[in-house]
Amino acid sequence: MATALTEIKVTPEIAGEHGVTAEEYARIQKILGRDPNITELGIFSVMWSEHCSYKSSKVHLKRLPTRGKLVVQGPGENAGVVDIGDGLVAAFKIESHNHPSYVEPFQGATTGVGGILRDIFTMGARPIAVLDSLRFGEITPNKNTSPEDAAKNRRILDGVIRGVGHYGNCFGVPTVGGEVSFEPCYSQNPLVNALALGIARKEEIFLAKAKGIGNPVIYVGAKTGRDGIHGASLLASAEFTEESQQKRPNVQVGDPFVEKLLLEACLEAMRTGAVVAIQDMGAAGLTCSTMEMASRGGTGIEIDLAKVPQRETGMTPYEIMLSESQERMLLVAEKGREREVLDVFKKWGLDAVVVGTVTEGGLAVIKNHGAVAAQIPAHPLAEEGPVYNRPLAAPAPRVESEKDWFPFAPEKTNLTENFKKLLASPAIASKRWITEQYDTSVRTNTLAGPGASDAAIVRIKESEKNGPDGKKTMRALALATDGNGRWCQLNPRVGAMHAVAEAARNVATSGARPIAATNCLNFGSPEKPEVMWQFSQAIDGIGEACTALGTPITGGNVSFYNETLGKSIYPTPVIGILGILDDSSKAVKIAFRNPGDIIVLLDGASEFATSEFARELSSSEYSKTIAAIVAGEPPAIDLAAEKRLIDCLVGLAAAGTVQSAHDISDGGLAVTLAESCFAANGLGATISLTEISPAEYALFSERGARVLLSVSPTNLAAVLATARQYSVGAKELGHVTRDNALRIEFQGHAAIDSPLDVLRDVWANSLERTLATR
Amino acid sequence: MKFGVVVFPGSNCDHDAFYALGNVLHKPVEFIWHQSQDLANCDAIILPGGFSYGDYLRTGAIARFSPVMKSVEKFANSGGMVLGICNGFQTLCEAGLLPGAMMRNSGLRFICRPVHIRVEQTDTPFTNAARKGQILKIPIAHSDGCYTADESDIADLEKNKQILFRYTTPDGVGRSAAAQEEDDAAGNPNGSMHNIAGICNRERNVAGLMPHPERAVESALDSADGLVIFQSMVEALVGAAKATA
Repeated sequence: MATALTEIKVTPEIAGEHGVTAEEYARIQKILGRDPNITELGIFSVMWSEHCSYKSSKVHLKRLPTRGKLVVQGPGENAGVVDIGDGLVAAFKIESHNHPSYVEPFQGATTGVGGILRDIFTMGARPIAVLDSLRFGEITPNKNTSPEDAAKNRRILDGVIRGVGHYGNCFGVPTVGGEVSFEPCYSQNPLVNALALGIARKEEIFLAKAKGIGNPVIYVGAKTGRDGIHGASLLASAEFTEESQQKRPNVQVGDPFVEKLLLEACLEAMRTGAVVAIQDMGAAGLTCSTMEMASRGGTGIEIDLAKVPQRETGMTPYEIMLSESQERMLLVAEKGREREVLDVFKKWGLDAVVVGTVTEGGLAVIKNHGAVAAQIPAHPLAEEGPVYNRPLAAPAPRVESEKDWFPFAPEKTNLTENFKKLLASPAIASKRWITEQYDTSVRTNTLAGPGASDAAIVRIKESEKNGPDGKKTMRALALATDGNGRWCQLNPRVGAMHAVAEAARNVATSGARPIAATNCLNFGSPEKPEVMWQFSQAIDGIGEACTALGTPITGGNVSFYNETLGKSIYPTPVIGILGILDDSSKAVKIAFRNPGDIIVLLDGASEFATSEFARELSSSEYSKTIAAIVAGEPPAIDLAAEKRLIDCLVGLAAAGTVQSAHDISDGGLAVTLAESCFAANGLGATISLTEISPAEYALFSERGARVLLSVSPTNLAAVLATARQYSVGAKELGHVTRDNALRIEFQGHAAIDSPLDVLRDVWANSLERTLATR
Repeated sequence: MKFGVVVFPGSNCDHDAFYALGNVLHKPVEFIWHQSQDLANCDAIILPGGFSYGDYLRTGAIARFSPVMKSVEKFANSGGMVLGICNGFQTLCEAGLLPGAMMRNSGLRFICRPVHIRVEQTDTPFTNAARKGQILKIPIAHSDGCYTADESDIADLEKNKQILFRYTTPDGVGRSAAAQEEDDAAGNPNGSMHNIAGICNRERNVAGLMPHPERAVESALDSADGLVIFQSMVEALVGAAKATA
């Protein structure tokens, strides 16, 4: 079968089986001036797959803001690069590995992390942190989730967590943050989005552009096998059906040990000065790396597949070109200096072989034992693929009335029991059981790991210098990822804006100035007009929010076809935001510090008025958990208020006048307050609220642009003055206490009053108790 | 005085140990490549954490056969100071320089979190700067940290006072004073026998521990309690230099 493959006569039907449409096939014939052979068809099919070509998203992605003072490299390279001062740059990007993680959770997740790490060190940057944004189906049975489905979702979660952990732990990069959430729509299609961050000196950044006619093309890293063939086209670019488990052979298998060697060897090879260009082999493997390097460099390329190190015998050119075996790189060296490069890889025990040369003209020639196996003009293949402006259609407006919305409890109800349920829900409960399976402290840069601050904070040792007072200072970077699929389902534009705003707010709450963004856009089938409408709306929302908050998009990826049996996931744009903290010692964490400190609510919205309390609260975690209602609208968003708050938070951190800061998001103010207590062993809190809204709205609304601070009495005046300076509302709500209790009074009545231990127990242990049930 | 940090393929805490010794304690330190049999005149050798050679067989099982380990064994047998951290501890056990072996954690999962360990002996080059009974807060990060040995080895370790560190609760008492309480409530994260977190050989010049002291050397990193182990080594080397001067 395998050897006969090259002799197969290509027909439009065979093209169709490769996911190539009749129209696309005609375009292939036009570019080649003839019919493609089977290897060429394979190459076109992966290069023009949705996953690699962005053919349905390109027209929309153009609307995103990508420029900024600090942006060194925007979208289009392996990762975005931003200037972080002191001659250093940060490379970062987020990417999805959703479908493989459903078919084979452990391997899917490992290779997701491996792929994004390679993207970072391909740029010449050493990876220093990973974050993971994960979405699963419900893990406890309820009216939408059967016990069997819940058990299956727990198994998927377990495999994904182990996979994420295994790769990062072994590679030696700390996994410092991210989020995990649960909705029924992810039951057949979990989301595994991995973000990696790396650091380099500005002049050390490498790009993937083939240059220098006659320069040798070198293959390095793991041997090529038959794994992952058509991962990009058939797995990532099609929805799931009942037969999806049969796609297991399309999932790649990762080896973090080889990747660690590859990292060290690549960085060392780059330092020799003999490397001209480098590109990792991720999706579409050798095909994508050869074609894109030649296309970007405006050159041709010629390689002989017989020289490619192979794991098994009898592989056809088709298989070698389409294999997605992991931990491989293609690089171009300076002619005459290949020995220096090869020696470095030999030292690290890795295969490194000259497989071809950079050529004049624009032709990519793929030979096998000297015979031409494929011959394709690289630029048209890489850049002139199909672009679709697919039809959009807004769904019929939802007709809702009060009876569809959250029913508020009668006045003066004690809400403690509801609060416990909320704290125990998987979305709100502590994720410690998960994050303890990740190495969070390797590399000794982690100033705030999972849950310690609203953003993950890693210091940059390379930036150490003497401050004005003679004390050594270091910069730090803060990173947060956010995305609320439920809100995007209800209103994709507003939901996407919230994702940007929350990630930026998280970064600012940690004390860092948000400077740039990366996005992972998880959606259903682009062939459905209502999905494309969601996509277009989300792009508009992201664009508007990123512009308003000064965080240009520097890269990311689009993951379409997240649907099973015709049912799409919630549209789920996940945003990662990077911020700079000039003095790492000024990092702000969420834990209360001292009894007697004053609890202050910062509210960016100087005046806030809504009468639609029920409609808004119906989209909250509280409504979902307590009443099983998901309806209404996400909270209205005020980007100007978010920006004022961000600037105020950065100012407060620089002045060092706050003891703790924690933003109000999932679960509302009550959860924020409780988490600041839980993080501070042995401290409680008492606050009182006087809003005119229903008590449940005041306690559990997830309205944005709000942060809860604790401030020592001596600094209160300074904090209030800073808030005024930035036109941010600041209200004293209560104080941190020494006793073991959490009390929230609403209009003079106890809304929540509980020993802290009781609350901490449900929050800290619920997830572990659930997941221990197989 | 010079420290050597061995680099195996797959070591990933090598830079952290280097930074703790070189940048925090300002002591001379250099990397030693696994293919080298030359220990570069180092006075103390650190085997760092990581996944040497991928650890696909058993942790440390391949590393012990590397060229550098031949020299490390010779160095250790002639009284040289060797500290194995995490994967380095596993490698020392595989090499027979320390007794016992490491099994999968009792919970069967990788665990990374700060733990508390109690200093049990202070008459070694790794603990001489610590107080007996001192509680150190130091992170662990491992899948295979369940220290296991046969009864006679454990009895020897106890009798010869080779147990340097035991897992305990933050207050240092464990769930009870009994050394046999080998569970989470006693502060033992991985099921290690007798709550053993670190041991030394009978000659007291080779030691291994599962927690990562190199990750706890600055208050910015949540704890600087790990410093005392490296400071002990420095003091021991200074003392040895004076003795020979």
